[in-house]
Amino acid sequence: MKSRITKKFEILKEKKQKALITYITAGDPDLGSTQQLVLEMERAGADIIELGIPYSDPLADGPVVQRASQRALAAGADIDAIFQLVEDIRKETEIPLVFLVYFNCVFKYGFEKFLNLCQDKGIDGLIIPDLPLEERRELKEMMKNYPVDLIPLVAPTSEERIKEIVADASGFIYCVSSMGVTGKRDKFEVDLGKFINQVKTYTDVPAALGFGISSPEMIGKLKNLCDGLIVGSAIIEKIEEGLEDQTSKDKVFNFVKKLDEAKNIA
Amino acid sequence: MIAKELPKRFGKFGGQFVPETLMNALTELEREFIKTKEDAEFQEAYKYYVKEYSGRPTPLYYAENLTKKLGGGKIYLKREDLNHTGAHKINNVIGQVLLARRMGKKRIVAETGAGQHGVATATICAMFDLQCEVYMGQEDIERQALNVFKMELLGAKVNSVTSGTGTLKDATNEAIRDWVANVEDTFYVIGSVVGPHPYPTMVRDFQRIIGDEVKEQILAVEGRLPDYLVACVGGGSNAMGLFYPFIEDKEVAIYGVEAAGLGVDTDKHAATITKGTMGVIHGMMTYLLQDDNGQITPVHSISAGLDYPGIGPEHAYFHEIGRVHYEGVTDQEAVEAFQYLTKVEGIIPALESSHAIAYLMKMAANTSKEDIIVVNLSGRGDKDIHTIRKVLGGKEDEE
Repeated sequence: MKSRITKKFEILKEKKQKALITYITAGDPDLGSTQQLVLEMERAGADIIELGIPYSDPLADGPVVQRASQRALAAGADIDAIFQLVEDIRKETEIPLVFLVYFNCVFKYGFEKFLNLCQDKGIDGLIIPDLPLEERRELKEMMKNYPVDLIPLVAPTSEERIKEIVADASGFIYCVSSMGVTGKRDKFEVDLGKFINQVKTYTDVPAALGFGISSPEMIGKLKNLCDGLIVGSAIIEKIEEGLEDQTSKDKVFNFVKKLDEAKNIA
Repeated sequence: MIAKELPKRFGKFGGQFVPETLMNALTELEREFIKTKEDAEFQEAYKYYVKEYSGRPTPLYYAENLTKKLGGGKIYLKREDLNHTGAHKINNVIGQVLLARRMGKKRIVAETGAGQHGVATATICAMFDLQCEVYMGQEDIERQALNVFKMELLGAKVNSVTSGTGTLKDATNEAIRDWVANVEDTFYVIGSVVGPHPYPTMVRDFQRIIGDEVKEQILAVEGRLPDYLVACVGGGSNAMGLFYPFIEDKEVAIYGVEAAGLGVDTDKHAATITKGTMGVIHGMMTYLLQDDNGQITPVHSISAGLDYPGIGPEHAYFHEIGRVHYEGVTDQEAVEAFQYLTKVEGIIPALESSHAIAYLMKMAANTSKEDIIVVNLSGRGDKDIHTIRKVLGGKEDEE
């Protein structure tokens, strides 16, 4: 059976549209807000939602996501609570939901227990930023028995590794658009067109760009290169801006709407 | 012929749990490191700098007073504290910076806890005229102000790390993040036998000179191998350096000493082997202190160099196969050992090394007079005088 992610990309392809993938950290600033934010982002045009499982040591993340992680952990967003959140969200929407989770959380919680809950509660994919090709075999093997995609990351430095990384991938390919950690940057030093073409040589699975995409303008520039665009830190900044006067929800909605419009302008 | 690649794991420990961006850099690092093993020029350069610049070989000192007082076996202290910059850390830094130069990298980043590795890195970078940035936790910067000033005098930029708990683990995260962003021109000089492969192997091989020397020195004076080896373990590089050349010598009993902080039954310690469970930190599978969700838990030790929630993966392996015994020593015991060695032998040990001395003080009485014990005195205590003074209730320095 096709996953929600695959179905979503197929529908978008027919409409000649790109996927807007938005990231927030689960539990930032609290679990109730996350549920509302997911629904708002969907209403504003997000096609796939990435939920970060907050982690004490988020190696691949810049300061913005680190702050989100710390707020979420302080608010008690542990794994069980997050699965409960997913169950609640699933009562309201069928939007594809992907976890961004560090390997140690899955490992310590237990692969099987974690995957069973993903299946039961309706998580469609896992992005594990610190699980490269060499270390993924055991988990990937196990995931074949679950309707959950293991979404591989390829980096501009991957080069000859790309072929093996994307072999039998499902869901989408997460193309890391710049060196470094997550968060805004002014420009991309990588030749992204060449990079995506390299990826496309080896797979038909949709390719989404992420890391550093922070504005409608950037989306406008990059959308023709790939099948999906991932925005994270810039959305979390909107949450932060609205923390004090409790306007996060509106700020995120308005921002995602602009991203969606930028994506859909021909 | 030498191997094209090195084992990535020690049993089930080790590996490379890092962002994809770094994978090719790690492969290149491994390839270049393997080449240095057969490169006579590189090996000569390493030997030259550890000797002429750092003062090796360090003495293996027969601690006669300590031996008499403790009433057991003959105690020898491996005087790594006499290295330039005051600790064993420089052995590894010389090796890695030579490798960085060989690879044409112009910029060096490092993490530091107590500041010893940071000072050693800043020192070697000053000598070789390389750009150097050191990441250090906010809390450690306060605890080790003197080392921060030293690094700055040496021309390094010290970046204060406020994320997470503001200690060594967070400084390590930040150094890795820097490396991910600047991997093309930057070399990450890691300070212990931790991190993703090939670091634990590489750091071990640059530190094994400690144990290699001890073997030669003890055979020269005693005509046989020691019965016991003792060293403190945070990440575990001084211990690995001493232990590794003796691993196959089954008659040698080996003890690694962890920081038990306020006690292993409290939540303020850094006893990773005693209390930890398997997991991933800083790119390696090892034992670490974590909760049921895999969140790394805060650790504590009076010694900033042992204040680390993980341990080198090869130590985890030596524990697993029962080759090395890992024991805990509390803050208080370490402080007592610090004062004891200072008074008895006129040697002021680092608080890290004081953990090894404290364990020696517990175990020596159970050894016989014919036994030989070698303790790694990994660093000198100058940097800890302020901490000790505070603990002993002396007046704090005027700020």
